[in-house]
Amino acid sequence: MNADVIIVGAGIIGAACAHGFAERGLDVLLLDDQRGGATAAGMGHLVVMDDNPAELALSHYSLSLWRQWAPLLDEGCAYRNCGTLWLAANEDELAVAEQKSTLLDAEGLGCRMLSASAVHEAEPMLRPGLVGGLHVSGDGIVYAPNVARWLLAQQPQRIRQQHAQVSEVSGNRVRLCSGEWLSAEVVVLATGSARELCPELPIRPKKGHLLITDRYPTRLRHQLVELGYVSSAHSSAGTSVAFNAQPRPTGQILIGSSRQFDSLTPEVEHDVLARMLQRAIDYLPSLAQMNAIRSWTGFRAATPDSLPLLGPHPSQPGLWLALGHEGLGVTTAPATAQLVVNQVCKQPCAIDVTPYLPQRFASAEQPA
Amino acid sequence: MSSAIELHINGQLLRVTPGTSVAAALYLAGDGSSRTAVGGQRRAPLCGMGICQECRVTIDGQRRLACQTPCTAGMQVESQP
Amino acid sequence: MKRDVDLLILGAGPAGMAAAVAASASGQRIALVDDNPATGGQIWRAGAQAPRYPAAENLRAQLAAAKNVECFTATRVIAQTGAHELLLENPLHSWRIGYTQLILCTGAREVLLPFPGWTLPGVTGAGGLQALIKGGVPVRGERVVVAGSGPLLLASAASAKAAGARIECIAEQASLASLAAFALQLPRWPGKLRQAIELFDRHYQPHSHVVEALGDGRVQAVRIRRGSRLVEIPCDRLACGFGLRANTELAQTLGCAIEAQAVVVDNLQRTSLAGHFAAGECTGIGGNELAQVEGAIAGFAAVGLLAEAQALTARRRHWQRFADLLKRHFALDPELKSLPTADTVLCRCEDVPYGAVAQQASWRQAKLHSRCGMGACQGRVCGTAAEVLLGWPTPTLRAPFVPARVDSLLHAAALSSAAPTAVE
Repeated sequence: MNADVIIVGAGIIGAACAHGFAERGLDVLLLDDQRGGATAAGMGHLVVMDDNPAELALSHYSLSLWRQWAPLLDEGCAYRNCGTLWLAANEDELAVAEQKSTLLDAEGLGCRMLSASAVHEAEPMLRPGLVGGLHVSGDGIVYAPNVARWLLAQQPQRIRQQHAQVSEVSGNRVRLCSGEWLSAEVVVLATGSARELCPELPIRPKKGHLLITDRYPTRLRHQLVELGYVSSAHSSAGTSVAFNAQPRPTGQILIGSSRQFDSLTPEVEHDVLARMLQRAIDYLPSLAQMNAIRSWTGFRAATPDSLPLLGPHPSQPGLWLALGHEGLGVTTAPATAQLVVNQVCKQPCAIDVTPYLPQRFASAEQPA
Repeated sequence: MSSAIELHINGQLLRVTPGTSVAAALYLAGDGSSRTAVGGQRRAPLCGMGICQECRVTIDGQRRLACQTPCTAGMQVESQP
Repeated sequence: MKRDVDLLILGAGPAGMAAAVAASASGQRIALVDDNPATGGQIWRAGAQAPRYPAAENLRAQLAAAKNVECFTATRVIAQTGAHELLLENPLHSWRIGYTQLILCTGAREVLLPFPGWTLPGVTGAGGLQALIKGGVPVRGERVVVAGSGPLLLASAASAKAAGARIECIAEQASLASLAAFALQLPRWPGKLRQAIELFDRHYQPHSHVVEALGDGRVQAVRIRRGSRLVEIPCDRLACGFGLRANTELAQTLGCAIEAQAVVVDNLQRTSLAGHFAAGECTGIGGNELAQVEGAIAGFAAVGLLAEAQALTARRRHWQRFADLLKRHFALDPELKSLPTADTVLCRCEDVPYGAVAQQASWRQAKLHSRCGMGACQGRVCGTAAEVLLGWPTPTLRAPFVPARVDSLLHAAALSSAAPTAVE
């Protein structure tokens, strides 16, 4: 045995799991190929999402864990409790905001409806004419690559990191590209590109584009998201864009978002980027004249029901999964770690894990 | 050569000869600095040829490079405070 | 908006201008693009205090007479939007330009190495000071120290002197032996010898390099190491450049092969990518004479005037030998790698200290965890320094290739009606 636990993938999920196992006194070997995944590419938005009860339960639980970490994080982690401002451009979206408000209220999450004038007062950069919004106060932002690094630095005695590419996984054993086999009590796959190792997993890469501006005197205070984000824009199977803007602590504005299932190349696609930016300018007109300094893409590992796979692999004893978080990996990293670690250690979980168990897709795997 | 060009640097009226860059105008109107760095230090043009971005200032509402922009009549230049 | 040309030339310095003039006889539609407000590149930069350069005037006159050459100055390449298609931006507009053939004449930038105090106002590049003076920065009566390496130091000092500055010291890192060997070869290029004699300054000090710039809010003195001695020289300006680095990033991003920090070209200036040529400093630092010859060869070759192109190869060889000589005798002393201390700012955009970067495993890791290279210069200054100091290769470009208005990127695709509009 090379360690108690081998984790494949040192992104925010792998790092949070490593941290969790180490806290229980287990020795962790963390393998990463340093190609960079969703943690390096993502926005770092900590957001309560409520598309379904399981998503709400997971993100709510995870945000409570984030708030425990918050005072401990270093400045490089760039944690800010900026809140999310969901924007309603019409009456339909306002109705969505009200539903959302009722739902979050019932969960005991702090939120309040804003009138059109209150939205404008909260964020003067927004175009006039929005009909209202919902402010969710517990949401925030982080710089995920440095949180991952911070997590690993908390348990230097128990976590060993190795730069290595894994070519094969078999239960509690992994083979490196060098040909060497490593084994542990438990192997945890925590990489969005897990399909290269387990082609049977029901995950698909969903490409996204992001763009960041130069530093400017701070102009935004909240993470801004259009309510069309949930209601229409991202529900289609094809390429979609939705307005999403984040105030970085640097004074930069980070602009999203796009979703594509059909593109596997990491290149920036200018037509998609242009559509995404047009959408952003529709909401923030003065953005048009600001300087952009970088654009990039990343891939979210998406499952058919948009919920992650957290638990034992359905048919490979010793292999555990912590992946398929789509766009919510940073938000749900602390909860993911707790749910996976507790399952492995046979301890009770704070929320019901059933909706996230990989087993739910097991029947679909078998050809009829 | 035509006559002098008048522009404003941080609200101050400045008269320069044609062909003068905004980077030079920053020196003619003040200490030549263009921006305040992340750490609080003042910075001034460095490379002079559009590479280093140290000289980026706001010209008529747009962020542009002082070293690659010639002064034109009526221009409003704001260095970053 | 999109327009198409037969031949697109990027960079309007000596190589680009010569390429445009050579190609213009063909009658093809030619566009010449440069981010500076006028043609001439760095060496023939126009400005309030710029001298007149007869060679530049001559090329400008020929360009003005060529009705099929359109010059787009103050125009940057901000993205590649398709095969043989780029997105351009000027202060007012952005548009796509399609081309059949491309000549890259993207020149070179100065290698700016970090040392304590290099962020003080008053410290500039050596070429940087020259450019600023040409643009009208007043230096009359100021005490100037020039430091670093290469012939640009003498040229920069001469410009400062001509503008009324007092040269206190020109610190060249190369050894006296190396400089003497270089000087001995110079008679083979009489023009260069004449230039060297004209530019020579009694304050020229070989085997000397800057150690620290001192000052409170502005440079007031500089510490120079001369052999084993450390001297402090009061000054009002320090101009410091450690040679030139070819601007190969655009060529690399388009897919041209790069070797030894230069775009690889054949005897007709063709890159490894069909329809793409390169000429001038981006194919290796060689000076303005070599750049002009290469530009003319590329221009002729791109429009099929192969005999005219081939007729210039002997001249190119003559100037290439001079370039080789420069490279040999002004090679950077490895000791310069110890210029920055751990707390010297390496990334000026994000104020990242050298120590925070040097401990990382790679440029990618450094960007990810220290913010080095994540600012507006996109790593052009700190990445070039890290290449020299840490041996990390410079990465390819991502859109926007230089900071560009968000609005400009909307024109990367023919959207208009297809764009999703905000809900009315």
